Amino acid sequence: MMSAPVDSEDRQLSAAQPSLRAAPTVSRRRRAMRPYILVVPAVLLCVGVLYPFVLGVSYTFFDFSATNPEPDFIGFDNFANILSSDAFWNSARVTGLFALAATAVETVLGIGVALLLNRSSLIGRIFERALIAPLMVAPILAAIMWRLFLLPEVGWVSPIAESVGIGNYTGTDSPVGAFAWSVVVDTWIFTPFVAIIALAGLRSLPRSPFEAAAVDGAGWWLTFRRLTLPMIWPYVLVAVIFRLMDNLKMFDVIFGLTTGGPGDATTTLQISAYLDAISYARYSQGLTHMILLWALVFLTLMILVRYLRRVQNRAAGV
Amino acid sequence: MSTTVTETADPSGSTAAGSDVAPARPRPELRSSRRKALAGSLANVSLAAYFAFSLIPIVFILALSLKSNADQTTTYLAFTPTLENYRTVLGIGDGGSSYVRFFLASLVTSVGAVLVSLAIGIPAAYAAARYRFRGSEDLLFTLLSFRFAPELAVIIPLSVIYQQLGLYDTFVGMIWVLQLVTMPLVVWILRSFFQDLPAELEEAALLDGYTRRQAFFKTVLPLVRPGIAAVSLLAFIFAWNNFIFPFTLTSSNAQTVTVSSLAFLGGNQVQFNLVAAGVVMAALPPLVLALFIQRYLVRGLSFGAVKS
Repeated sequence: MMSAPVDSEDRQLSAAQPSLRAAPTVSRRRRAMRPYILVVPAVLLCVGVLYPFVLGVSYTFFDFSATNPEPDFIGFDNFANILSSDAFWNSARVTGLFALAATAVETVLGIGVALLLNRSSLIGRIFERALIAPLMVAPILAAIMWRLFLLPEVGWVSPIAESVGIGNYTGTDSPVGAFAWSVVVDTWIFTPFVAIIALAGLRSLPRSPFEAAAVDGAGWWLTFRRLTLPMIWPYVLVAVIFRLMDNLKMFDVIFGLTTGGPGDATTTLQISAYLDAISYARYSQGLTHMILLWALVFLTLMILVRYLRRVQNRAAGV
Repeated sequence: MSTTVTETADPSGSTAAGSDVAPARPRPELRSSRRKALAGSLANVSLAAYFAFSLIPIVFILALSLKSNADQTTTYLAFTPTLENYRTVLGIGDGGSSYVRFFLASLVTSVGAVLVSLAIGIPAAYAAARYRFRGSEDLLFTLLSFRFAPELAVIIPLSVIYQQLGLYDTFVGMIWVLQLVTMPLVVWILRSFFQDLPAELEEAALLDGYTRRQAFFKTVLPLVRPGIAAVSLLAFIFAWNNFIFPFTLTSSNAQTVTVSSLAFLGGNQVQFNLVAAGVVMAALPPLVLALFIQRYLVRGLSFGAVKS
């Protein structure tokens, strides 16, 4: 996987203290090998994980399933079948909608919470310590918790709904309800993630531009729009990238809350792959879903990381 | 310490918000201070609303876990709390329960995964921080891609391999697959900690006659110890909270507490108060550990991309 070293010198050491190079206590060759020796276990681990992944990619060209343990090579048939099926496009649509909706809500809410906490009021200081609690609860446990919370028998949501006059509260039984509550639960868990990163950005801001803006009589919204937001954007963008990637492959929250139902209303690509490959042991079909999702995730990631680099460079240039 | 424009809003503004008696001649600065007070109390109300949303479900699950069978479907907040559910779930006086076994399985697999990640990850993170060598970026991004890859893309072929190798439903199999979770975290975050240390540190040690190995163990390692502690706890939390790997790659022997919590909901006669007690106990270890790493949380969760 890795070839011979090009620049074997220890970067910082040789740069700062050239004389050290002249008086080697160890042979040059051994010194050149040093970083490779240190990373060998990590490389082996990566290979160990990449092997199943590559094997998985190869399965997508076979008709491998539990009922067909000696699979035939079928070329791109799996892809052709899946790309022409309505179920796949439904899953792709649900995946995309869920990821966009959840990420958008978490971002807006997270920035809002960070702004409020940054005012450092007494109430804010008390709340800040509790902020990350939902983030530390396992997502699957959070989903179970919300499932109980929404349950008419024991939960608190239906009596609240009744008291404000919503008589026909159905929780996650309706397709729209299932999708909306999935977004709510995801938001409940991960808004603190965006908030703490945005807060770190806010607390790193220099004071003087804001004093200048205040002297010029700039209002709150103008200051936020033209000054605060652009300045914390490099931070927020990191949070957005993490959230979007995670939400594209979110499994625990949706599976725990709705198991993909009702019908296929919340069946994302990971859930349909789970049902195909694990529940029905149709490995090739499930994997084809995953390879397509993987491609989508990495395409999105590459675009976003490129954008992040531009934003960071611009921020550094200011 | 606040740096945004809203900072001048007085936190004690809530008292002024209610008064609607306008003074005879409103001076501009008075009007603006009233507006700030209003904005301040509006901000406090919004913050309180968010935290109600954030904390009420937790209060709910705690309450449900303390309710008796009779109370759980009939009352909301007024009930006589009982620890009976916890006793039942833990099988106290009943010679233990499967829940205890799942809890211990979570503990063993998470601790095991963190230890393996540290043993492999610390040298790799140090090399990535201190040396320039071909493939170092590739290695780092391969590890990062584990963090972002859809888990099932690895799980499906791995479940086939595990069945063949006899690793399905074993602790070794779980510890191995959890490396996908813990390893990227350890290498990326520790690399950022190593990069924070000046290279002069090792230089000085080398000039003092230390070997590189001694320089690492005697000068570098003690200084990153807080980082290693924080990363270990964070990696433990992530391993403990993981669901999809044990859900798909274990059945009973190495099943973890997150998986069993969902299984509790599956029976014919679900006792919601027992489910709640199980959920509370399973959620507790990460919540407690998180208290110790608040300082490092931003850096850890963003893989070292944001330092606070």
